[in-house]
Amino acid sequence: MKLDPKIPPGDLESKWTRYRSTVKLVSPANKRKLDVLVVGSGLAGASAAASLAELGYRVKVFCFQDSPRRAHSIAAQGGINAAKNYRNDGDSVYRLFYDTIKGGDYRSREANVYRLAEVSSNIIDQCVAQGVPFAREYGGVLANRSFGGTQVERTFYARGQTGQQLLLGAYQALQRQVGQGNAQVFPRHEMLELVVRDGRAIGIIARNLVTGELERHSGHAVVLATGGYGNVFYLSTNAMGCNVTAIWKAYKKGAAFGNPCFTQIHPTCLPQHGSYQSKLTLMSESLRNDGRVWVPKHKGDKRRPADIPESERDYFLERKYPAFGNLVPRDIASRAVKEVCDEGRGVGPTGLAVYLDFSDAIRRLGRSVIEARYGNLFEMYEKITGDNPYETPMMIYPAVHYTMGGLWVDYQLSTTIPGLYAIGECNFSDHGANRLGASALMQGLADGYFILPYTIGEYLSGLIRTGSIPTTYSEFDAAERDVAQRIERLLSIKGAYTVDHFHRELGKIMWDHCGMARSRQSLEYAAGEVKKLREAFWHEVRVPGTAYELNPELEKAGRVADFLELAALIIQDALHREESCGGHFRVEYQTEDGEALRRDDEFMYVAAFEFAGEEAPAILHKEPLKYEVVTPSQRSYK
Amino acid sequence: MRVTLKVWRQKNAQDKGRFETYELDHIDEHASFLEMFDVLNEKLIKEGKDPVAFDHDCREGICGMCSMVINGRPHGPLPRTTTCQLHMRHFRDGETIVVEPWRAGAFPVIKDLVVDRSAFDRIIAAGGFISVNTGQAVEANSILVPKENADKAMSAAECIGCGACVAACKNASAMLFVAAKVSHLALLPQGQPERYRRVRNMVAQMDKEGFGACTNTNACEAACPKGISVANIARMNREYLRATLLAED
Repeated sequence: MKLDPKIPPGDLESKWTRYRSTVKLVSPANKRKLDVLVVGSGLAGASAAASLAELGYRVKVFCFQDSPRRAHSIAAQGGINAAKNYRNDGDSVYRLFYDTIKGGDYRSREANVYRLAEVSSNIIDQCVAQGVPFAREYGGVLANRSFGGTQVERTFYARGQTGQQLLLGAYQALQRQVGQGNAQVFPRHEMLELVVRDGRAIGIIARNLVTGELERHSGHAVVLATGGYGNVFYLSTNAMGCNVTAIWKAYKKGAAFGNPCFTQIHPTCLPQHGSYQSKLTLMSESLRNDGRVWVPKHKGDKRRPADIPESERDYFLERKYPAFGNLVPRDIASRAVKEVCDEGRGVGPTGLAVYLDFSDAIRRLGRSVIEARYGNLFEMYEKITGDNPYETPMMIYPAVHYTMGGLWVDYQLSTTIPGLYAIGECNFSDHGANRLGASALMQGLADGYFILPYTIGEYLSGLIRTGSIPTTYSEFDAAERDVAQRIERLLSIKGAYTVDHFHRELGKIMWDHCGMARSRQSLEYAAGEVKKLREAFWHEVRVPGTAYELNPELEKAGRVADFLELAALIIQDALHREESCGGHFRVEYQTEDGEALRRDDEFMYVAAFEFAGEEAPAILHKEPLKYEVVTPSQRSYK
Repeated sequence: MRVTLKVWRQKNAQDKGRFETYELDHIDEHASFLEMFDVLNEKLIKEGKDPVAFDHDCREGICGMCSMVINGRPHGPLPRTTTCQLHMRHFRDGETIVVEPWRAGAFPVIKDLVVDRSAFDRIIAAGGFISVNTGQAVEANSILVPKENADKAMSAAECIGCGACVAACKNASAMLFVAAKVSHLALLPQGQPERYRRVRNMVAQMDKEGFGACTNTNACEAACPKGISVANIARMNREYLRATLLAED
C-alpha cells in the first residue's frame, strides 16, 4: 500500500484555488450517466448528496434511521466556526487554520486544514441562504460567541441546537433534490459490505432493516459519511445507533484506517449514574463561556457547594491556564478534571464529577441573559438530573464524544480504494489529535458542500464511458453471500448473553484501559481482554428473531462484532504511538507539570493501518507530516 | 421501583396486534423510560422471548426518533419532553403503564411500537426548503434579519419531526408539523420568493398523505416535546389563504 496525500504544489494560500481551477470536470450530459452512492445522511452526507444531485449526478443516499433528518449531527449543540471576523477581533483564515493545527497538537495536514479554514466563510453564507435561523443581533446581523482553544469570537450558533438547524438545512436541500427526482433516499437501510472490483469501489450491499432483505446497489463512486465510532466505548455522547460498520467493512476491503486511537473525551458531560445507563449526555462547551469549573480545595469536602466559601474553592482551570481559563481545549480540560478527581477532590455521589458554576455569571449578567444563552441546555440538565442549574452548580465529568481517527483520505478525500471517498467524522480528518469545539460541523459541511463536489469529478471524469454498473458481477454475489453467512452465524449461536452485555464489557475495558490515560501495561492488558471477549461473543451471544424481519438486536449484534475488531486496532495504534499528543495521553510521556509530551522526532506522522487478516496485527504505514508554514511547539494555554 | 407494562405487540403491518403485560421490578427511578425498556428487552431475550421493537437513537431529545404513546399521551405525562428524556421518577411505584405506537392512518405500524413516518419526508420534499444550490450564496451579513423574526423563525424551526402532534390529534392532522416549517421559512427574507408556492405544495402533499383536518383543539401543542406554538398554524392558514387569493393559475 502506498500513501500519496496528493497535496497540490504551490503556496499554502493558493493550493485550493489552483486545484479548483484545474481539476477535471464532468459535463452536465455526462453527470446524468454517473451514479454516486452516499452512505450516511448527517451534515457531511446530506450536504454532499444534495450538492452532487444539484450538479446532476444520480445520487442514492442510505441511512439506518427512519429519515435522513435523524442523523446524529442533529445533536450538536454549541456552534460552527468560521473565519468571518465579524467581530473585528483579529480573526482571519490564517488564525482559524493556526488554531486548528495547534488545537490538534500538530498531527494534521497543513494543506487540508488551511482549505477548511478557507471555505469556512462560504459555509455560513450557504447556510444563511438556506434559511438556517442563526442567532442575530438587534441590528439584524449574525451573532457570535467564543469556544475552547481560541481567543476570538468566531462561533455562529442557533440557540443550543446549531447541529439540528444546520442538518435540517442540508436535509431540506436533499429533500428538494428528492422531489425533483435527482436523488433517492433509502431510510432504514444499513450498509453491510463494500463491493470492490478490479481495485475500485463499485457498490454496496445494504440490508433493508424493515424486511431484512439484502439489496445490491452499484455506483461509479461510493461516499462514506457514516460518522464516528465513539460507541466502541459503549457509553459515549453518540446516538445509540452510531457505529463503525461501514468504514470497518471498507477497511477490511483495503482502505487504510488513519490514527484509530485518536479519540476525543469531552470535559462537560453529565456524570454516569447507574449500571442500566445507555448513554452519556453532553452539555455544550459553550457553557464554559460563562460557567466556572471548580472543586473544593480540600480532599473529601462533602459540604453543599453553596456552603463552601470562595477561599476554599479551587477554580483549577483558571489557576493552571490563566490565558485561556475555562476555555482551554477539550483534551486539556478533560485531563485536568480527571486529575482533580484522582486526587480525591471530585464531587457528587461517586466523586467522579466537578462543578460547572454559573452563579458569578448570573450575578453579573442577570438570569434572563443566561436563560437566553443557555435556556434549553439548563432545561435539559434539569430534566435529566432533577437539579436546577440556576440555583446549584451543574456537575460534569468527561465522556467519549468524537473520534478524530477514521479512514485515511488524501487531499481529494479519497481513501486508498479508488472510487471510495470518506467525508465528515468518518475520515481521519483535519483535527489531528484533538478537535476544537465547533469545528466538527464546519468540517462535515466543508467536505460535503465545498470539497467533495469538486474532487470527486477528478475520478468520475475517467468513468464517463463506463455506463451503468451491473449488480450481477461476481463481486456482488460474493459480497452478498458473505453478509448472509455472517447474519446466519450470528443468529445461530443462541448463547446465554445479550448483545448489550458484550457491548458493556467492551466499553468497560476500553474506558478503563484505553481511555483518558493509557500506558503500555494497561494497553497490553486491554488487548488480551478484548481478544477473550471477542471469542466469547462468537460463542455465547444470543440474537433473537430471524433475518427477515425488523430485528434491532441483529443490527446491534453486527455492530458490536465490528466494534470488537476495531477495539484491537485502536489498542494496537495506542501502543505503538509512544508519545502523548492531544487526546492520546500515554502516562509514560508527560512533562514535569503533567502536560502531554509530544515526540515530534519519531511520531510526526499519520499512522495508517492496512488490514492484514482476521488474526494478524494490522500493517502500519506512515504518512510523514511536513510543517512548512507553522512551527510546531509544545502547546501552551497558560 | 416496580411497574406493570401493557405494551402493544404487533409482528408486522399485516398483524392485528394486541397488548401484552410485563412485570418489571428493581427499576431505578433515575433510569429513563427507554432505559427501562432496555431492561425489559434484556429480560425478554434471556427468557427466550421476542424483545419489543421501538424507535430511538440520540436519547437526548433532539433526533425525533423515539415515539411512544404512554398512558394515552404521546411522549408521556411531562410537558415538553420526549420519551427518551422522561425518567421513571415521574411514575408511581407499582403503577401500570400502557405503551402504544403513534396511531394514525398516515403512520402505518411496521412492528410493535415502530411506525413509518416517511410521509413527513415527502411533505418536506414537496416544498419545505429554500431553492438555493450550493455555491451561489451571497455574503451572509448582506441579508439582515430583525432579531425578533430570527427568534420566531428559530422557535418554529425547533420542530424535531417526531410526529407527536399527529399522534395527539383526534383527526391525525399534521398541521403543526407543516405549519412549523412554513412559518420558519416565511418569517425569513430568504424564504420570500417561494413563500406562496411552498405553502400550497406542502399542504397539497399533506392532504395526499391522508393526514386529517385541523379542528383547533390544540392537542398538538400540548403534546409537542419542543413546545411548538399553534400560532404557527394560524400563520400557515394566513399564508395559505393569501397564496390561494394571489394564485395566478
